[in-house]
Amino acid sequence: MSMVLNEEQRLLQDTIDDFLSSNAPIEQLRHLRDSHDEKGYSIDLWQQLTDLGIPSILMPEEFGGFGFGFKGLGAVMQQMGRNLTASPLFSTVVLGASTIELGGTESQQKALLPSISAGQLTLALAVDETHHHQPLNSATSLLDQDGQLIITGKKVFVLDGHSADKLVVVARSSGNTGDPEGLSLVLVDSDAAGVQIDRTKYMDGRNAANIIFNNVLVSHDQVIGDLGKARTILQKVLDRGVIAMSAEMLGGCQEVFDRTLQYLCDREQFGVKIGTFQALQHRAALMFCQIERSKSAVLSALASIDENSSDSSLQASLAKTLINDCYQHVSNEAIQMHGGMGITDELDIGLFLKRARVSMQILGDSDFHKNRYAELNGY
Amino acid sequence: METIEKFRLDTRDWLIANCPESQRQPIIKDQQIWGGRRRSFYCEDAKLWFERMRDRGWTAPSWPTQYGGGGMSSEQAKILDQEMKALGCRPALYDIGLWMFGPALLEYGTEEQKQEHIPKIVRGEIRWAQGYSEPSAGSDLASLKTRAEDKGDHFLVNGTKMWTTQGDKSDWIFCLVRTDNDAPKQQGISFLLIDMATEGVLARPMELINGDLEFCQTFFDDVKVPKNNLVGKLNEGWSVAKALLKYERNMMSIMSSIVEKEEGDIVAIAKHYVGLDSSGKLANNSLRSQLTEHLMRAQGDALNALRLYQQHKSGVVDGGLGLTLKYLSTSEQQHKDELLLAIMGNRGLSWHDPIFSKSEKKTVKNWAYNKAHTIAGGTSEIQLNIIAKKALQLPS
Repeated sequence: MSMVLNEEQRLLQDTIDDFLSSNAPIEQLRHLRDSHDEKGYSIDLWQQLTDLGIPSILMPEEFGGFGFGFKGLGAVMQQMGRNLTASPLFSTVVLGASTIELGGTESQQKALLPSISAGQLTLALAVDETHHHQPLNSATSLLDQDGQLIITGKKVFVLDGHSADKLVVVARSSGNTGDPEGLSLVLVDSDAAGVQIDRTKYMDGRNAANIIFNNVLVSHDQVIGDLGKARTILQKVLDRGVIAMSAEMLGGCQEVFDRTLQYLCDREQFGVKIGTFQALQHRAALMFCQIERSKSAVLSALASIDENSSDSSLQASLAKTLINDCYQHVSNEAIQMHGGMGITDELDIGLFLKRARVSMQILGDSDFHKNRYAELNGY
Repeated sequence: METIEKFRLDTRDWLIANCPESQRQPIIKDQQIWGGRRRSFYCEDAKLWFERMRDRGWTAPSWPTQYGGGGMSSEQAKILDQEMKALGCRPALYDIGLWMFGPALLEYGTEEQKQEHIPKIVRGEIRWAQGYSEPSAGSDLASLKTRAEDKGDHFLVNGTKMWTTQGDKSDWIFCLVRTDNDAPKQQGISFLLIDMATEGVLARPMELINGDLEFCQTFFDDVKVPKNNLVGKLNEGWSVAKALLKYERNMMSIMSSIVEKEEGDIVAIAKHYVGLDSSGKLANNSLRSQLTEHLMRAQGDALNALRLYQQHKSGVVDGGLGLTLKYLSTSEQQHKDELLLAIMGNRGLSWHDPIFSKSEKKTVKNWAYNKAHTIAGGTSEIQLNIIAKKALQLPS
């Protein structure tokens, strides 16, 4: 399991680093937030990223992909985390396109993947229904009435749900809430009759939606994979999402840490740089240790997808838990070490704090992943 | 390529023919063969295996043959190591001289010193101890006070050293001594070799909190040491010690790879003491959560070590990672020890009473002993200082 990037992946990392720091700096997120932008991300930026081939990063080569693999994607996600870049990459590509790639029929793949690569189609995964991520607890129903499929239910915290062209909906064909079996994945047009989308603004400036499905009619060719047998595909998609989100968080965490180190070197009190104080040096060193440990877990998890390892779920839960706790700790310390300025909106530090808290909830908080890790280890 | 493959096959054949079956079992601490004047063998097979390896110089495979070593290239030595591991052969000899002092002497010693000391290390005839720390020089090692006065034809040594591992079982000790009281701290220190059989040397075992007696305090009272026992130049012992540090790190990694795995699987232990509920979960929710947190951190540490190894192999090293390993792994070991005690409840409170099982006693004893991990070899606080300065470049 190689955690070191190869030549091409390093090149990709450098390219995207240059591109994002000049084309999508943090001011762009501030602008989107303050102008109450309708989409919540810059369409121009997404087009530019598309021109660079970023949406194709994971796709098989026959659909216009480059095959940089998950480690390549991880490098991009880390840079997005560093720059707090808002883009449909996570919801449309990591979650949406993965679902179609892993579970779709050949005709679904042909119909959808090229338009995703071209930046013409955006997707959102509608999975959560309660305050906490519990994918097996999906109660949204998928009824089959004489060949006509009908979706009824409610989804929350659907990332990019207000702007996506199509929704990938996790719905229950059979069984009770909590059953691992009986779930289906259905592709629904956002403007289909009976779909009511309410945009929700979160504190990180990104957007999600609460969505109600009121007797929404869908056809069998909108189902991804077999009816009621989405378990394996869904788990793979969620593992990919968990790992990619962990990579974004790692980037954000490293950035807010680097900024804090710089502040310790610049800020003077009592006639000296505050970075000379051992009380602060040790706290910084402890953060560094925690970041390095989380980084190893994230890089190993990214590699596990490329290598199709059987323990990707374990690695996903390991990576997300370690980086959740790390980003939480480092963002708190960053505020504290910046002192009074840390709690102003003028400094960017607070933006990282807010993104940390939202991303900690995305696809499972630490409690969820610790519990899953324990179950997978048989206790 | 052909010759190296032949070397591998020949090595394998020799090991199969010469390593007794009993010496291919996982090693346990009491059966390690340490060298020295007082060396002993717990059985005939161990003696035979040691002598066969010694006579080929394979106790120190990569040292030059002129000093009794195996004369192997590093590639060949690696193959020997791999073949021994594959067959489960025990190390034939354990010695600080072999891992740490010998390599430094080969690098810095005079020809005369090498000829005198190296063959005896290879042959397990002399056991070496390290004399660095003192009662008032721990983390601040350079403040050491043990004096070596120049008396013309010899040094006269007075002072005391702490934490000499197995000092009462060792024959010679390599010491840092002060040879110039006026120079700034690190510049008045020399590196001196002392025969512990010399009059005036006394090694007294110190009892640790777990009852062990493996460390000594060593006293030097008007000890006469020949002047040609000085390694490197006078007052330049600090640079020899620094060079030796890299071998010490090698030794730590050798030690950790050959150390006996004493603890069982912590998940199995938790299941045994805590039990499972009807849904198959550990019956105590808080312990279940603590166990998971420990396993995750430990797995993160294992991946850290693997990443460092991969970085070295690929030649892309980012400086800071390596500096975190000691702090992280030693802290985590202590978390684990505390968790084991919590899991065992009142079965984890003694190593004295026969009502407790062998493994219970061992776990508790280790819990106490492992408090040393965050102190020895650079305290955790020193590690954090180093990270702050070297990896994070914070101002001083």
